[in-house]
Amino acid sequence: MLLAMFIILIAAALLGYRIISAVPPLLHTPLMSGMNALSGITVIGALAVFITAPAGAEAWSAAALILAMINVVGGFWVTERMLRMFKGKTKESEVQEIPWQ
Amino acid sequence: MAVTIAIAILIIVGFLAGIRLMQSPRTALWGNRLGALSMIIAIAWTFITTNQAAFSTALIYIVIGGLIGLILGQSVKMIHMPQTVALLNGFGGAASALVVWAAVVIYHGEGIEMLFWGTSGLALGVGALTFSGSIIAVLKLQGLAFRQPVQLKFHGHILRVAILLAALLIIINISLPGQYYIYFLPIIALLGLSAGFFMTLRIGGADMPIVISLLNSFSGIAASIAGLAVENIILAGTGALVGVAGLILTRIMCRAMNRSLFSVLAGFTPGKKETAAPSSKMDKSAVKTGALAGAEEAEKEKKEIEANIESDSTTDEDAKIRLSEIIDQAKRIIIVPGYGMAVAQAQNAVKELLDALEGQGKQVKFAIHPVAGRMPGHMNVLLAEAGIDYDKLMDLDAINPQFEYADLVIIVGACDVVNPAANAAEGTPISGMPILNAEKAKHVIVCNIDEKPGYSGVDNLLYEQSHVYSFWGDAAKTIPQLTEMVM
Repeated sequence: MLLAMFIILIAAALLGYRIISAVPPLLHTPLMSGMNALSGITVIGALAVFITAPAGAEAWSAAALILAMINVVGGFWVTERMLRMFKGKTKESEVQEIPWQ
Repeated sequence: MAVTIAIAILIIVGFLAGIRLMQSPRTALWGNRLGALSMIIAIAWTFITTNQAAFSTALIYIVIGGLIGLILGQSVKMIHMPQTVALLNGFGGAASALVVWAAVVIYHGEGIEMLFWGTSGLALGVGALTFSGSIIAVLKLQGLAFRQPVQLKFHGHILRVAILLAALLIIINISLPGQYYIYFLPIIALLGLSAGFFMTLRIGGADMPIVISLLNSFSGIAASIAGLAVENIILAGTGALVGVAGLILTRIMCRAMNRSLFSVLAGFTPGKKETAAPSSKMDKSAVKTGALAGAEEAEKEKKEIEANIESDSTTDEDAKIRLSEIIDQAKRIIIVPGYGMAVAQAQNAVKELLDALEGQGKQVKFAIHPVAGRMPGHMNVLLAEAGIDYDKLMDLDAINPQFEYADLVIIVGACDVVNPAANAAEGTPISGMPILNAEKAKHVIVCNIDEKPGYSGVDNLLYEQSHVYSFWGDAAKTIPQLTEMVM
């Protein structure tokens, strides 16, 4: 189990490196806020801990749950809002293309 | 077991595929949604596989957190995106720290393993650091506190001692059979908090893109290590993914400023101005030509004659007529936006200028420097919000060869990123930094607030060149005036 965990961790990091490097600067802000939302994945850790928690530890994991969910939903939602604004050529340009050379 | 691993791989692949779709602005929206879907699956899977006695209470907290996140995400303005991302980073880091903390409180009695001692301490420290660092960054970006970099006495030493001490405690933790474990953890958390505080305290405004990227990375690393601590594959893998993304962006930002991460974290004091501004530049007329100052120097081009004529006509009206002539003749125009545009909230004015220029049959492109703004890609978001097509937004490598073919460059609130001193001068804070070669264009109009140097404190050599015309003032007012000249 531990071995599988390490292998997956390293594979995710390497694959992630390749894929993330190819994201154009145009989209770096949405990329970052999206990755930000992903860091809220800690919500599942919080959930696992919360469910097994005895009375004393409940408050800590409840706080973790709330903070992580703010992170997840807030992150995905601002990314959604931003990406909706990115529009390609809306109208066909009437302007004659002038070569830039 | 096999199912657990399979599901974990499925979810992580879902995230990776989402990021893959983010490589193009056409598919990015669906990439984000795929990421959100994978997240929902991850949460649902955790619900299914664990003891469901506490299901409903957990759901209440999830809904509360989700609602707060939704309200926050819906209400923030695009201009405030850097501090929003910083705040969410902080919450993520804090959540990871709390997860291991709660896990420790729960499990500390039951013969815990060495891996857990080490990883939980580490996750706690990094999570706490992310939290306090992000909160300071939010205060700075929002202008609530510490707007100027604060450099205390022995600042570097305090920071190093905090980090080393935390590392030492973690190592002692692992090497001793866990007897002091429960006493060490609060100290590690406190050390992490103070390290984050001192690290971010001395960071200046224009270095924010680097710090935000770094904190983003830390929030992922904290989640990843917390995943190792509580033995959750999805958490460990996804956290690593975020950590890598943050590091990539940090490196891109550092490169775009030609600075090492170390020098950014060591704090920054802008260099002293080497030359005082000539007194002739000090009068307050709204429109002045850069030629005024440049002509006195050894400008031996043909332009000199023109420039001399120019310096005779110092009234606003004449200069404006000259500007409108230049705009009128220009066919290929590049607009260079900077943080000043965001501060002046001039995006919509720029969009109107763009429409006016295109209405006259001119070709317009935007040149976006990687570190323009307060977070990676900040300018693109602001311009997209104003309704400008992303096809027109060009990054550094794509646009730089085109400046020499441009008839006109309009600079809106950008200084250091177009300062030729980066190439020409040695030993300045921006020497060697890749810049936008605005000076190569036939004419340049600078719509900055004033002639003061940018964040680096280096005088902008561009302002003194004879083909550069300065139009000082609030961009929200000066840009509409340019637009009027077009019409």
